[in-house]
Amino acid sequence: MKQVLEGSMAIADGVRMAEPHVISAYPITPQTHIVEHLSQMVADGDLKAEFIMVESEHSAASVVLGASACGVRTYTATAAQGLLYMEEVIYNIAGMRLPVVMTLANRAVSAPINIWNDMQDAMAIRDTGAIMLVAENNQEAYDMHIQAFKIAENRDVMLPVIVNVDGFVLTHTFEVVETIDSIDKVREYLPPINMEYKLDVENPYSFGTLGEPSVYMESRYNMYNAMKYSSKTIIDAAKDFKNMFGRFYGGLTDTYKMDDAQTVIVAMGSVLGTIKDVVDELRDSGKKIGVLKIRSFRPFPEEEIVNALKNAKNVIVIEKAICPGKGGILSVEIRDSLFKHKINTVNVNGYTIGLGGRDITPKNIKDLVERAEKEENVDGEFIGLSQQYL
Amino acid sequence: MDFKVGIISMPGAALSNKTGSFANETPVFKHKACTGCNLCIYFCPEGVIYGDKKTKIYDFDPDYCKGCGICAEECPVDDIEMVLVEK
Amino acid sequence: MLTKEETRNELFTMGHTGCSGCAQSMSVKLIMEILGKNTIATSATGCLEVFSTRWPESSWKIPWIHSLFENSAAVASGVEAALKYMGKKDGINVIAQGGDGGTADIGLQALSGMFERNHDVLYICYDNGAYMNTGYQRSGLTPFDAYTTTSPSGKESFGNNRPKKYMPEIAMAHRIPYTAVSSAGYPMDLQKKVKKAMTIKGAKYLQVDVPCVPGWKYEPRYSVKLAQLAVQTGLYPLFEAEYDKIISVKKISKKVPVEEYLKLQGRFKHLFKDEAGRAEIEKIQKMADENIERYGLM
Repeated sequence: MKQVLEGSMAIADGVRMAEPHVISAYPITPQTHIVEHLSQMVADGDLKAEFIMVESEHSAASVVLGASACGVRTYTATAAQGLLYMEEVIYNIAGMRLPVVMTLANRAVSAPINIWNDMQDAMAIRDTGAIMLVAENNQEAYDMHIQAFKIAENRDVMLPVIVNVDGFVLTHTFEVVETIDSIDKVREYLPPINMEYKLDVENPYSFGTLGEPSVYMESRYNMYNAMKYSSKTIIDAAKDFKNMFGRFYGGLTDTYKMDDAQTVIVAMGSVLGTIKDVVDELRDSGKKIGVLKIRSFRPFPEEEIVNALKNAKNVIVIEKAICPGKGGILSVEIRDSLFKHKINTVNVNGYTIGLGGRDITPKNIKDLVERAEKEENVDGEFIGLSQQYL
Repeated sequence: MDFKVGIISMPGAALSNKTGSFANETPVFKHKACTGCNLCIYFCPEGVIYGDKKTKIYDFDPDYCKGCGICAEECPVDDIEMVLVEK
Repeated sequence: MLTKEETRNELFTMGHTGCSGCAQSMSVKLIMEILGKNTIATSATGCLEVFSTRWPESSWKIPWIHSLFENSAAVASGVEAALKYMGKKDGINVIAQGGDGGTADIGLQALSGMFERNHDVLYICYDNGAYMNTGYQRSGLTPFDAYTTTSPSGKESFGNNRPKKYMPEIAMAHRIPYTAVSSAGYPMDLQKKVKKAMTIKGAKYLQVDVPCVPGWKYEPRYSVKLAQLAVQTGLYPLFEAEYDKIISVKKISKKVPVEEYLKLQGRFKHLFKDEAGRAEIEKIQKMADENIERYGLM
């Protein structure tokens, strides 16, 4: 059914369709509407779940950790400072191989305190062992949440999945979203959770034991391999979803107008909408330009990126994050992927833009396209700074 | 041992660890004045003491006893004595 | 009648690497005897977690999980929620465990949340009065004047300069249905309180005094003796409370001067060096006397 839904409502409804059994959360802007909607669904009996509103994000993640270890389906959501407070637990969830799904309403981190959108929060947890998917719009966010449970709970993956959605830009925006009418179809797509190891009085295993130097590395290696393997699961989950519900946004990446493209813009999340509009315009004026969308940031889709970019001349990486002391993050990883595959004909320029909710305009993008053709190896340069505050 | 899904231990697997090697001293149950009060069983931090209230015959499991001496210290009738382990 | 085979089948098995004379392992053994196999336990990071579950070993024969230092109560809240969802909560006990640091310091926020939400969980704090797992650093429950590696005694110091936090009263302030304080020195008291906690729905708090051989610096055989002296001096009052009301206290049969308790422990030996130390012992005696008065221990 097509409905005009606020992004948070679309996400909450996608989560509802996946039928999580235990939900725990702590309020933080811009995540609040998502958990408000979910708690209302539980209050109204539209979702049969235990909803635990806790005293901190650390406990929200810990509650879903404990519940997930019992073998039930779990969900939480947060943003920015809340995510940083949870980070310790996210490492733990991933290390214990628990298939928790969470939404990250991407927001700038403090200080200065700022509630608006960028992706610095997500970048802070990129090495936790959680799978990180990024939604471009609310329809994809709705669908991606259902896929996330399928990916997390795969027997050979068993890792938390974090679905990134841009705070406010997506969470608080009303768009037309096509929701799924049949819960039975979703159940067919997403079978009941079935964990091999869980806290169960009939099979009383011990979880979270001490991993001494003799075994710690192997444990991390197995997690590393599961993350690698999850690439296949993410693609399969997207394809299966297409077969059942008709919608598809690519597997690990997606491309837009990439045939013969000499200039390629790479980005994640909602900014892709603006970028695609600019590309349409530039294509109309005869420019050979295309877009590479990163849908899965972790696992990092190296092969797909290399295949998409190897014939390009100029690559522009649009990043709403910064690595102080280095520069870009996504741009560095892309350059490294190309280098590893001995491709040295592509000029990769990374720009930091839109931090703390600053608008990214079509003009910004067009300027970068022009600049990138004249510059080489730009690494995380700040775009659109106000000289009066420097 | 499958730990692909995180480091998980099997129930009670610690029994493979014979902590008796920790002990410098070891209890000797004299079986003279014992009243069968069971305090030695209660107070043993390892749970290695066993026996019978009726027959008042108690003993310990040398495979796991760490030789702390609490049983001897707490025995109300001094019926347990600690002796040095020869190593 | 307990046979050798049966001792090896205890729910908290031997083979763990706890120190010789550890009063914490003694208490866990006693508590598990009462709780039985239909129990799921969480543990905070700390001695118990480290010495009972060195992979691939485990002393637990019940489902057990350790996550982090400060979230034992929150993980247990999640376990309880999952059991409720599955309709299995009736008939399965959920316990959360932590040391004094994991409970009263770093874990206090999560514990307060668990209390306030009144999860049907028994939280057990094994109080050995310092961060023993990391090598005897002070915690909020370290007693007055105790030497620890971060509250050392010296020319300018008699050790820990603050009294112990009244953690059981913090629990009571949440108006949870049951709060109890017990001791490794009194196994029947401990088991009785666990038994009672199991009959009560909602959040329960049990604090157990567990002397620590290396941290308190005494001979292993004195673990029980010290636990009993802590009670008999009035320094560690044992009581039960329902909501905010104390409903029973363990009476002191014959009051023992605190000196008898202090002198057996290396962590207080600096108090026995000179007159200034004597004056400190007097202060500790006063604290014990105040406890006796306050809780009506005699």
